[in-house]
Amino acid sequence: MSGFLAVLVVVLIFIVIFQIAKASEYVSILKGEKKAREQSNRINGFLLIAFLVLGLIGVYWCNDLLKGKILGESASEQGKGVDTLIYVTLAITGFVFVITQVLLFWFAFKYQEKEGKTAFYFPHNNKLEVIWTVIPAIALTILVAFGLKHWFQLTSEAPKDAAVVEITGKQFNWIYRYPGKDGQLGRRDFKNIDPAKGNELGVDWNDPLSKDDFIPTELHLVVGKPVKFVIGSRDVIHDVGLPHFRLKMDAVPGIPTTLWVTPRFTTKEMKEKTGNPDFTYEISCDQMCGSGHYSMRGVIVVETQEEYDKWVASQKPAYELAHPAEAAPAGAPKADSTQKAVAANIK
Amino acid sequence: MSNEATLHSQQEVMHGAHDHHDHEHHHEDSFISKYVFSMDHKMIAKQFLITGIIWAVIGAFFSVLFRLQLGFPDATFPWLESILGHWAKGGRISAEAYYALVTMHGTILVFFVLTAGLSGTFSNLLIPLQVGARDMASPFMNCLSYWFFFLASLVMMASLFVQTGPASGGWTMYPPLSALGDASIGSKIGVDLWLTSMALFVVSQLLGGLNYISTILNMRTKGMAMTKMPLTIWAFFFTAVLGVLSFPVLLSGFILLLMDRHAGTSFYLSDIFIAGKALANEGGSAILYQHLFWFLGHPEVYIIVLPAMGMVSEVLAVNSRKPIFGYLAMIGSLFAICILAFLVWAHHMFVTGLNPFLGAFFVLLTLLIAVPSAIKVFNWITTIWRGKIHFTPASLFSIGFVSTFISGGLTGIWLGNSSIDIHLHDTYFVIAHFHIVMGVSAFFGMFAGIYHWFPKMYGRFMNNTLGYIHFWITLIGAYLIFWPMHYEGMAGMPRRYYDYSNWASFNQFEPLNHFISVVVIVVFATQLLFIFNFFYSIFKGRKMTTQNPWKATSLEWTTPINPGHGNWPGEIPEVHRWAYDYSKDGRDFIPQTEPIGPNESAH
Repeated sequence: MSGFLAVLVVVLIFIVIFQIAKASEYVSILKGEKKAREQSNRINGFLLIAFLVLGLIGVYWCNDLLKGKILGESASEQGKGVDTLIYVTLAITGFVFVITQVLLFWFAFKYQEKEGKTAFYFPHNNKLEVIWTVIPAIALTILVAFGLKHWFQLTSEAPKDAAVVEITGKQFNWIYRYPGKDGQLGRRDFKNIDPAKGNELGVDWNDPLSKDDFIPTELHLVVGKPVKFVIGSRDVIHDVGLPHFRLKMDAVPGIPTTLWVTPRFTTKEMKEKTGNPDFTYEISCDQMCGSGHYSMRGVIVVETQEEYDKWVASQKPAYELAHPAEAAPAGAPKADSTQKAVAANIK
Repeated sequence: MSNEATLHSQQEVMHGAHDHHDHEHHHEDSFISKYVFSMDHKMIAKQFLITGIIWAVIGAFFSVLFRLQLGFPDATFPWLESILGHWAKGGRISAEAYYALVTMHGTILVFFVLTAGLSGTFSNLLIPLQVGARDMASPFMNCLSYWFFFLASLVMMASLFVQTGPASGGWTMYPPLSALGDASIGSKIGVDLWLTSMALFVVSQLLGGLNYISTILNMRTKGMAMTKMPLTIWAFFFTAVLGVLSFPVLLSGFILLLMDRHAGTSFYLSDIFIAGKALANEGGSAILYQHLFWFLGHPEVYIIVLPAMGMVSEVLAVNSRKPIFGYLAMIGSLFAICILAFLVWAHHMFVTGLNPFLGAFFVLLTLLIAVPSAIKVFNWITTIWRGKIHFTPASLFSIGFVSTFISGGLTGIWLGNSSIDIHLHDTYFVIAHFHIVMGVSAFFGMFAGIYHWFPKMYGRFMNNTLGYIHFWITLIGAYLIFWPMHYEGMAGMPRRYYDYSNWASFNQFEPLNHFISVVVIVVFATQLLFIFNFFYSIFKGRKMTTQNPWKATSLEWTTPINPGHGNWPGEIPEVHRWAYDYSKDGRDFIPQTEPIGPNESAH
């Protein structure tokens, strides 16, 4: 019923507007075309200048209202450069924005048709045209130079001492794999994937490097230490979005990508900085990946080296979790030989 | 025919509508050949326009539906269940339905409205009228072009009603999501229908585009040198060139996708484990599709915006009573944009793992586009400088176009720089950027075109007051909707999310989303007002009493008020000058058909 009423109200408003519009058309015919034209010019000219003034105030006000809601200072070393470039670009484009919008609406207002005024025949002027080709070209060269310098830093090889973590996207969550003590990740093949046997990633358990890899549910990073992500996907394209770090990288099935980052603040520090006790670093999926795209949330904990070491010590290798029977009594190397024996028996 | 005689015959048409009427009876058309399978470019233009309007209402309505979800994530709307059925159980749109709506909104608006509806309408209407031709080079191909578009529309429409729903992987249709029915419900029959429809659409575009190019190159009237053409024609020309060169690449990408779906090939698929089993596909590259897609996808945005630029140039010059400033620079910048359009596609792919060195070239070429764009903006502003501007709805929309083109264009400089894109890619910043620069701007250009050439199409005027209301609410609404989205994007808020409430980083924008959705509804209602004005005015609008209501110089206004098939009753007029002699030598305007006088100053 209320829906019906709403529709009725809308239709009524439409009819009223339409009647006014129709009446004003008759009035303008009665008044004479010239007079009606003068009047509509005056009204629209005024509205144009009003729009400019209110619009610029609105831009300022909107900024005031919303600037506190964007993410604050960059939480990664790499993101600092991104933010600087944003500010430089904002300064240049903001300046051009204000100048051009002011000229556009002010000219429209000022040079509206008026009795006795004539237009100025001004088909071209080479000097002016050269000026406004060259100045944007120079401004853009500066932006390109700044941008590319930073781009090559962002995409450079990770430092040798960087930790390595593998992030794999699947519909609809992230799987993290740490290399364990040996610092190297074991081989994997998508054909080995078998969730029922605790092998979500298709890790090749025959590879000795895989024995100490562990697969936690949260991503833990050490503050101030570079970490290299090896990013992949199990099914469709996803994207590791790190808004607080100002970085992102696609996760593409079959084609691994990499991204490295140095966190600046621990989660605890961010809680204090933002004044938000619930602050969490989040990984958002930034590439449309299906109906659960919006729920593909990952959590990052940035902590000190001690906290991190403690956390690592508490993690069980994925191999052990996948092979509870064999792994519990014996160490990893023995488990390896047992499995070989089993494999031999099957043959 | 001498110019004197041409002018004379125009006089006759103006004052003696009866003579003209007799002429029309010479070839009688049946209803089918006149209104359905018409080969008259003007009728085909109207067919494109009205089909485009119908699609625009559907596409915009979809955006209202998904904005309801975004703005009111916890509310339920029982009426949604009555129209969407199990896609909106309990009055709340499901995630699957949300993604289908988003995908269809993009597809419909980009291709069916702003490509077919915009360039299809105005290229058809204006090319023969402004270059002085009786019709297109091939009226039959032109007719086919519309009907292929119609078929594409039917298939796309049908896909909305299938059991598993239409395609729902985003309008870019990236595989593997779009290749595997197991990855998404919309990737079952929905994507097959989507691909079929788009293939038909590409055929329509190629038929149309080749026709536009050959008409412009070969069928200009006597004296109409390329450099005497109005800028609209130049814009349509470059648009058609872009389409003809890039749509076939898109089609090839679609064919490979179709084969991956049904023929067991692995062009785009590799290392995939889905629905509990590992697929056999190996060695394909999902990124290959993105290259093929964006090789059209990027020129596509210029296919959308160039016609708007052309029409805005024309409308601003006519209503400022001034020549367009820097005519040759305007053509040069159109040409530069056209070339650069083909060299920047990978800026949509900076974060796909693209080689960073290769990415650097795309950064450089992308930012280079800002130079011709800046030239155009400054030229438009100088065009209105010291003019004598008459604020018709068309000229207001043209001013609005320049404003939104500046606002949206400048944020392109942000996104084209890969070091900023790595943060803003696929966030609301991108949504804000492209909706302002190619959505709102292109619509403003289209509205300017409709208000300006409506009298040529239907011999009547649209209601001005409704036009003004339409303009002001749309301009203010568009900024209110899209401006704050930049901030959401700066916070990294990803696009294509069904619900943000579980995200600590993004849920602070809930009140803002609520506000945006309310404005969307108001703006949508205003567009309905425009559509009402459009259809009402076709039948009841104020009648055109003079041939040239805007006192414009170009050739379309030398045709009779209701031109028949063939456009000019007598011979086609000859052209002696460019289309922008406004306020020259103390005269308000000098039509293109008037010979250069002996004492006339050169421009």
